[in-house]
Amino acid sequence: MAPKHPPTSRIELLQGTLDLIVLQALRWGPCHGYGIVQLIRAQSNNVLQVETGSLYPALQRLLRQRVIATEWGRSDNNRRVRLYHLTAKGRARLTAERSRWQQLTEAIAALMVAPQPEES
Amino acid sequence: MSMLGWFMRLRERRTRELADELQAHLEMAEADRIARGESPRDAAANARREFGNVGLVQEVARDEWNGAGLAAERLGQDLRFAVRMLRRAPGFAALGIVTIALGIGASTAMFSVVQATLLHPLPYPHPEQLVRIEDDLAGIGARDVGMSTPEWHDLERSNIFTHIAPAWFDNNNLTGLSHPQRVALQIVAPDYFVLLGMKPQLGAGFDPADPTPGFNTQAIISDALWKGSFGADPRILGRVVQLDSDSYRIVGVMPRGFQTPSRVGEERRTEVWVAFGFAGAPLNEATVMSRSPLFQGAIARIAPGLTIADAQRRVDAFVRSLRREYPADYPPRSDWRVRLVLLKDAVVGDVRQPLVFLLGAVGLVLLVGCANVANLLLARATTRGREMAVRQALGGAPSRLMRQLLTESVVLSVLGGIVGIALVLVAKNTLVRLIPDTVPRVNDITIDWGVLAFAFLASLAAGALFGLAPVMHVRGLDVTRVLKLEGRGSTSSRDQQRTRRLLVIGEVALSLVLLSTAGLLVRSFWGLLQVPLGFDPHNVTVVRTRLPYPNEVQEDLYPTAAQAATFVRDVVRRIRALPGVDDVALGSGAAVPLDHPYQDQTVTRVRIEGDVSHGDQPLLLTGSQVTPEYFGLLGMRLVGGRSFDDYDNGDNPSVAVINESMVRRYWPHDDALGKRVKLGRAAADWTTIVGIVADARTDSLAGVSEPHIYTSLYQQEGKHLAILLKGRFETGAIEQAVREQVQAVNSALPVFGAERLSDVVSDSLAMRRFSMMLIAAFALTALFLAALGVYGVISCMVSERTHEIGLRLALGADRQDVMRMVMRQGARLAVTGAVVGLIGAAIVSHAMASVLVGVSPSDPATFTLATALLTFVALAGCYVPARRAIRVDPMVALSS
Repeated sequence: MAPKHPPTSRIELLQGTLDLIVLQALRWGPCHGYGIVQLIRAQSNNVLQVETGSLYPALQRLLRQRVIATEWGRSDNNRRVRLYHLTAKGRARLTAERSRWQQLTEAIAALMVAPQPEES
Repeated sequence: MSMLGWFMRLRERRTRELADELQAHLEMAEADRIARGESPRDAAANARREFGNVGLVQEVARDEWNGAGLAAERLGQDLRFAVRMLRRAPGFAALGIVTIALGIGASTAMFSVVQATLLHPLPYPHPEQLVRIEDDLAGIGARDVGMSTPEWHDLERSNIFTHIAPAWFDNNNLTGLSHPQRVALQIVAPDYFVLLGMKPQLGAGFDPADPTPGFNTQAIISDALWKGSFGADPRILGRVVQLDSDSYRIVGVMPRGFQTPSRVGEERRTEVWVAFGFAGAPLNEATVMSRSPLFQGAIARIAPGLTIADAQRRVDAFVRSLRREYPADYPPRSDWRVRLVLLKDAVVGDVRQPLVFLLGAVGLVLLVGCANVANLLLARATTRGREMAVRQALGGAPSRLMRQLLTESVVLSVLGGIVGIALVLVAKNTLVRLIPDTVPRVNDITIDWGVLAFAFLASLAAGALFGLAPVMHVRGLDVTRVLKLEGRGSTSSRDQQRTRRLLVIGEVALSLVLLSTAGLLVRSFWGLLQVPLGFDPHNVTVVRTRLPYPNEVQEDLYPTAAQAATFVRDVVRRIRALPGVDDVALGSGAAVPLDHPYQDQTVTRVRIEGDVSHGDQPLLLTGSQVTPEYFGLLGMRLVGGRSFDDYDNGDNPSVAVINESMVRRYWPHDDALGKRVKLGRAAADWTTIVGIVADARTDSLAGVSEPHIYTSLYQQEGKHLAILLKGRFETGAIEQAVREQVQAVNSALPVFGAERLSDVVSDSLAMRRFSMMLIAAFALTALFLAALGVYGVISCMVSERTHEIGLRLALGADRQDVMRMVMRQGARLAVTGAVVGLIGAAIVSHAMASVLVGVSPSDPATFTLATALLTFVALAGCYVPARRAIRVDPMVALSS
């Protein structure tokens, strides 16, 4: 199945954003699911709380798209965990998505500071 | 099965891993909380709460696999859904499945015939190297005149071929078993089987390098003869049998199903092969040395690496050198040439065209069937429009819905295909029996993997084809509009109505093509049945016998015509005395009208006195030997001179009776009576023409009359004898009665092949009848389907316009007007379809002009009739919904 871009519906846009965030988190190196949640929360100053019900489907989806890969490894306290890491394709995707994100946020920011009509 | 098992295991493993992963997540969260100072019990509860429903998370994660990860699983889902939908609409499903089953069944049956006959007509290794060598005398317009022994050896030396084997078909009398029996026999060069690349199932067969100039007295028999006449005796090898009084030792039994390559059914069923060097007794020295044709052509295997075109070029060069070397044998005027024909083409011969034609016709029926099912699906799509719109509104991706619909179509067509194949398997033996004997390899028609693959692919293609229509519909679905529509949920858009109308127009057009083609074939056939035969087959029965032709001359009881004449007179006298026999005549094999056993029995070499236009070369004409009663018995009219009488025997000069065609061709301005010809050898005595008979359709019902020369059986010997009896008989009983009389004269003679002459006449049309009946059946099927299509479209239109019709009626419209309006819709479809169809029909009918007899390819009557029939049936299909339209109750229609 072809990747769904450009995203058109509201849901897909959110999905795409979550995917971007997960890829971004994995930029620091291999990490397990719980670690990804913690990382995103910490780095977003506790603003973004990723639900497990969204995270795990997202991970499966990214695996399927071959932008991340996985293997079994050991956690800090030596539990057997599943570690995810970016693939070359994933790194390329991340770069592309990030610049798109940049453009988008800049565009929206520009829109927001543009002269506003008088509000009644 | 293993594929599915693999998927199951993969899925299980992934589920286990996911559960494990989620468990690890929980444990880590719990550990972190404990590290932050929560009590273990609180930590566990909080971690679990934060995580959410583990089962649900697992499920939504797994949904991602279903999305695309495991295509097979999604396909399974679609399939289950499709089957469920079909089961919810059993009437629709049944109609669709039956339509497709008919189409696929008929196509598959036809394909199995084509596969056996046209695609694999030669079940031998490397069939592409096999050719038949045909000698032509282009200068005198004679084709395939046969070959001589020196020519054979010349070609063998040419290095163009690895093997060349003359093959000479004959009948023989097999005696020494419980009763004398006629066997189909082939006299072949010893390397014949090596050439074909076939080995006996028992025994070593012939030594391919056997140098014996004459017969080496070895015989190979067919599996059928081995089982039928020798009880499948495992110790058959070495057994000595009598063939035409000569002794042969059996050295091999060919495998079951082995057939000699030939275009003639009877030759394909050869039962005995004997090896001959074509250079020794019983042929005399002069015959062996002569370069005039001796045997009926040869088959050969082209040397590896040569194409047939290469080989033909080399043969041409070789023939030119031979013509220079033997100018007396090959005068420039006769223009001797040697032509290589792919053995495949030689065997398939005339049946290719009708079979290809029939395959095309059956394809049209399948197409009409597809159009019909597409229409059904579209009609259903309109009622399911709401379902589709709701599913899309709820987030069902259009691509997924389209895939779903396509799966439904393909499931429908594959089910139809399975039913179709089941039909073919059940009806196979009955169908094969319908196929005329002229089609080679009829008994080898099997429903093998190739045929099944064809059926499967055809089903898939059909499903994809008719599935496209509703799929396109989903694409163009306007969700908002559909959801806004109140009431019946009927959602047919303009686009969709147009598609449905186009489909029906297509159906009508294709049906008309088939219908008019069938009409032309029926008219041709009918015309052929009405052709004045020139002889009367009524109450005539033919029984056959055969005099032996031993190689050992002293064994020959009938070495001369006079000795055979004694036998013939005896038989005539005895049979005439049988009860119920009004008249009896004997003739050679070619004397049976419209029966073509083997060419070499019918071709007579004729040299006309004083005619130098052909040089030394004789004319090759059809000839037969008959007793004096023959013309009278068959009701053939004498138009000049006299018929034969009892005095035309060995003591008196030879005489002949010829037909009018021969007069027209060779004595157009002269009186043919009294002219003299030489028959057979150049050294023969002169034969005087004493009578002329009216032309009769003895060669072919369809073709023009050919020259035919008759001689007296008392003067010219015939070995293959046909006994013609006039009277009312049951064929089995009369054969037995004749057998008793013939064997009372000579107990070693076989009597066989009893047949009504009317059946012989009708069998000569077998291929035509077969094609005509199939095309007619196809046409009627297509007609029925087209009517169904019209019915469907109009009926749908009526139900969609119930409201409008009710309104019209309420406002005082005449019911007749409503009726007319509906009928007009149907008529428009029929007429548009008919116009398109007529164009197609004209193209097809001109392409098949060669098979039409006595009817023009653009016969107005046929086309008018076909169009009228089609229009009538289409209007009938539209009448039923029209009736419903005028019965609309305005009150009900408006309040609903």
